[in-house]
Amino acid sequence: MGVLDLAKGMGVTLGKLFSKPLTVSYPESRVQLKPRFRGRHVLTRHPDTGLEKCIGCSLCAAACPSYAIYVEAAENDPAHPVSPGERYAKVYEINMLRCIFCGLCEEACPTGAIILGNEFEMADYRYGDFVYGKEDMLVGQYGSRPQRREAERQGTPVRLGLSVQPREELEGVRYP
Amino acid sequence: MTAAHFWITLLKAVLVALALLTTFAYMTLVERRLLARMQIRRGPNRVGPLGLLQPLADAIKSVFKEDVLATNRDRVVFFLAPLISITTALTVFGAIPAGRPGGFFGANPWVFNLDIGVIFILAFTSLGVYGIFLAGWASGSKYSLLGGLRSSAQVISYELGQGLSILGLLILVGSANLRSIVHWQYHHGWLIAFQLIGFACFLISSFAETNRTPFDLPEAEQELVAGYLTEYSSLKWALFQMSEYVNMITASALISTLFLGGYRGPAFLDAVVPGISGWPYLWLLLKIALFLFLFIWVRATFPRLRYDQLMRFGWKVLFPVALLNALLTAAFVGLLPGLSPWILGLVSLLILIALLALGDRLLAGNRKLARGSAGD
Repeated sequence: MGVLDLAKGMGVTLGKLFSKPLTVSYPESRVQLKPRFRGRHVLTRHPDTGLEKCIGCSLCAAACPSYAIYVEAAENDPAHPVSPGERYAKVYEINMLRCIFCGLCEEACPTGAIILGNEFEMADYRYGDFVYGKEDMLVGQYGSRPQRREAERQGTPVRLGLSVQPREELEGVRYP
Repeated sequence: MTAAHFWITLLKAVLVALALLTTFAYMTLVERRLLARMQIRRGPNRVGPLGLLQPLADAIKSVFKEDVLATNRDRVVFFLAPLISITTALTVFGAIPAGRPGGFFGANPWVFNLDIGVIFILAFTSLGVYGIFLAGWASGSKYSLLGGLRSSAQVISYELGQGLSILGLLILVGSANLRSIVHWQYHHGWLIAFQLIGFACFLISSFAETNRTPFDLPEAEQELVAGYLTEYSSLKWALFQMSEYVNMITASALISTLFLGGYRGPAFLDAVVPGISGWPYLWLLLKIALFLFLFIWVRATFPRLRYDQLMRFGWKVLFPVALLNALLTAAFVGLLPGLSPWILGLVSLLILIALLALGDRLLAGNRKLARGSAGD
């Protein structure tokens, strides 16, 4: 390694000193995520009928490597069906503390009902609050549980710290 | 010494210590910000505007942290080691002249003025290694001991190169008094022009003396946890950090004083703004800042040397080159008296360029030798 190489190295660092930092000042400015970022799950609906895609088959729970998913199925009422099949998920819970966001549930799902979304800000205070139910994950629900709680307390709309173009599997999901 | 003189000296000493410690606090911030920017990050910017209160937060944190004490420590020496480090570091700066006599509200802008100024500084900075070495020994831990040993070996090796590199300078000036050196430079031109090789050697060995990258082996965390600092925490750890940074500031001040004209600005600027070279403090602060930036810049750029590389460089490159410079200057002054020192500067420049150009080949030869001997 000659002296010229040393000088070249010094030049590189000096040049970088005057370049714009790549750091995103996260809480103030939004993180630009890639579309396939795997965050909080979304339970999607059929866009035309509005019925839930989930048929309560529990394949996601079987595929889950960390046993984070609990599904309890029930028969559909033929007059007012929740999902297009015979059964639907009466209870659908994911423990976000156990979940490793691997996406195997998404792969196992025969109807494409569960898709990993892009939200990731789920830090909370109590273990129980990390068990997300259907009401937290159905499409149209915006923000995680602590974010919605905080927004309600302050009377402001939920503000996500991310911006992304959601992939097409996430039907009906719009991020700012 | 009259009582007034005593009190003024004491006041000056306290002021110097305060100034050094404040500079240290903000150096940590400046260093972290600059390093971050060189790595395309932003660095600490949360505490106060632009992160300006970060040093305060750090100070509060390190004072209130738990002082973890190793069981195997030597109680007295473990406590004394950081004190030795910080005391020597703070003492040395008092010898640096910061302006013309009487320039500090009628008092002299230095704490003490010694005829052996440079030699005193070299001696006292090398006393500082006792702090590191004793810290390593008193911790009662093998990593600390290895770190301390490395540090003492390193400082002893580079001390020689450093001492020899200013020998030429002392021959030219004919005095070891820092004020005389500054004065000489004002009349004859900055010594960096005549003692280029000496400057290069002194700069490099200053990096080694202050334990800065690429010579920060005593605290090589990959190998030695944190070297001599492993068992230290809380305020004692902060004292070691403090002495490292204060040593850095002192080294910058010393290089500026010895090679860049000290507290006097460049004389040719007087033609533009009359008297600008005599403006007090400004020039010394500028030069210190320049070298501190260089310290940070080098830290952002270079990886750490391996231990054998460090020793080989110190003994086989730095030492002979510094010796060559001393011999060259001695021969020039002794055999060709009355000749302009600019000729010496030119010769030094040519030799330095030749050394840099040949450096590749010399190092390659060294590597070949090292490979050959490794097989034995």
